[in-house]
Amino acid sequence: MKRLQQLLTDKKNICSVYYTAGYPNLDDTMTILQSLEEGGADLVELGMPFSDPLADGPTIQASSEQALENGMSINKLFEQIKNMRQSIRIPVVLMGYFNPVFKYDIEKFVERCREVGVDGVIIPDLPFDEYHEKYQTLFEDAGLANIFLITPQTSNERIRLIDDNSKGFIYVVSSASVTGAKKDVEKEQIDYFNRVNSLNLKAPRLIGFGISNRSTFETACQHASGAIIGSAFVKLLGEYGANAEKIKEFIEEVKGGLM
Amino acid sequence: MTEKKNYHADKNGMYGRFGGAYIPEMLYPNIENLKSVYKDIIQSDAFQKQYKSLLKDYVGRPSPLYFATRLSEKYGTNIYLKREDLNHTGAHKINNTVGQILIAKHMGKKRIIAETGAGQHGVATATACALMGMQCVVYMGEVDIQRQAPNVARMKMLGAEVIAATSGSRTLKDATNEALRDWICNPEDTFYLIGSVVGPHPYPDMVACLQAVISEEIKQQIKEKTDKDYPDYVIACVGGGSNAAGSFYHFLDDERVKLVAVEASGMGVDSGETAATIALGDLGIIHGSLTYLMQSDDGQITEPYSISAGLDYPGIGPQHAHLFDTNRAQFLSATDQEALDAALQLTQLEGIIPALESAHALAALDKMNFDKNESVVITLSGRGDKDMATYMDRFGF
Repeated sequence: MKRLQQLLTDKKNICSVYYTAGYPNLDDTMTILQSLEEGGADLVELGMPFSDPLADGPTIQASSEQALENGMSINKLFEQIKNMRQSIRIPVVLMGYFNPVFKYDIEKFVERCREVGVDGVIIPDLPFDEYHEKYQTLFEDAGLANIFLITPQTSNERIRLIDDNSKGFIYVVSSASVTGAKKDVEKEQIDYFNRVNSLNLKAPRLIGFGISNRSTFETACQHASGAIIGSAFVKLLGEYGANAEKIKEFIEEVKGGLM
Repeated sequence: MTEKKNYHADKNGMYGRFGGAYIPEMLYPNIENLKSVYKDIIQSDAFQKQYKSLLKDYVGRPSPLYFATRLSEKYGTNIYLKREDLNHTGAHKINNTVGQILIAKHMGKKRIIAETGAGQHGVATATACALMGMQCVVYMGEVDIQRQAPNVARMKMLGAEVIAATSGSRTLKDATNEALRDWICNPEDTFYLIGSVVGPHPYPDMVACLQAVISEEIKQQIKEKTDKDYPDYVIACVGGGSNAAGSFYHFLDDERVKLVAVEASGMGVDSGETAATIALGDLGIIHGSLTYLMQSDDGQITEPYSISAGLDYPGIGPQHAHLFDTNRAQFLSATDQEALDAALQLTQLEGIIPALESAHALAALDKMNFDKNESVVITLSGRGDKDMATYMDRFGF
């Protein structure tokens, strides 16, 4: 969690990249992570594939399906990343749906995250109340930031509640959509970002969903601490595989002059 | 004195340790909104008046409670069939869709989305939408679209748009995912009309309330037909579990009534080709609800199998999971073959061709012992017209 908090305190224009573990090949996980760090990504969200990813669009669905077919599981993922802190300095956050974590055993999951040096988790379908009542102490004692999502439909009151209980960043879902859905940032989204900013929240925000290129990344960075790119990067992996050169080019292109 | 058990949802939608609303934040405002209004709407005079009038004149309720003479003779007891198969559109599904469509109207929603497996709930939804002049979009797995062509045509004729779910296993659970994705993308004007007692709270409770008319009528009818004001047994099939939830509803607190739920075990509980969720008994979260489900060791939801498309859901409604945990209901399972045999038997003894789903409930008769003075109610959830292709294939007619 310290790595994550440090990054969020020190840096603007944070470029966070999502990819699905085990895609396109089972053993690409560390290669891609290494390439992302070298290519200039500031933060990585490592997706734990699930059979029923209901908040995801076709690109991430397809990558999850392929990853599962390749044999990916939470257990396998922890094996792959068990020594990642020997080479990876950027914060790493695990992202996935609640059922596989629940089945794995939440306490065991949190303990493994701590052991391998995972900084936070994003579990979109773990409800706030349930987290608050049952798991918040467990997560925080293990130095694990639980990252909540907010959407254009989230009330100010609820955003404040989420802010009060956030140790990492708040994931600002840019519009009413699943991942990979939109191309441009529209006026009403800007109004929503401004509304969120006017709340003077403690937790920094990163904007995700619909961030796919330099233009959308730059717009998002004007309204938050940074942005998250998912589907566009997963598409690149689908096309070129775990290709260090292509990954570096992609990050450079997205970040442009923003450091 | 023992504490009175509660078999209904608490304010958070929990049935004991089951239920809840495990949903991404994108769905939270919609679910909260529905949660805050559904009970008031259902209890309002305006809703009750409209709903009851539609059930009577449009659906054709009350459905008869039929004393099955020859079937009773065979099993040496008194068997009554609750004839949901005689409803408009041929199954119990319509009780729920006319109710939810009224709720959607009260909430000012314009567009209805639904998931469907075999197409029965899709047809019941498209029917209610046609009746109310609402836009209707039905998600259906690509595989199911191919094997259920007549129902796809019915939905289209009723004016619905049928969208193929092409992800995952391309069946019911994936159609449900697609419907949830649609709702995420259309949070303002759209109402998600779920077809069973599954999904995040308040759906399991709302759908059970709307199917409760089944047990309300049984209670009245059994009094008229026997010398007791309750049946000794109520038996129903369960996939997600909406007809069972409706059949049990008004008897949950009457422990004199033994409740029996029959799952589809496909080729056998341990065959790997089954939909007997409770029998496999693995806890997890599916479509926003904590319940028993079928999953791999890594927590990936697996594809169920049953000859009956209406029962092959990899989870089960959270209330049923709770009824199992508390021993309030007995859970049995019937294989494909047992269901087929039971369907043929009912057809030839009583002249009623049942849906394959309902045939699973009938198959319980061979697994239980009854006294000659007892009364046994079996919910015949649907009629068999839609299953004629399977019957023709399996019986060689």
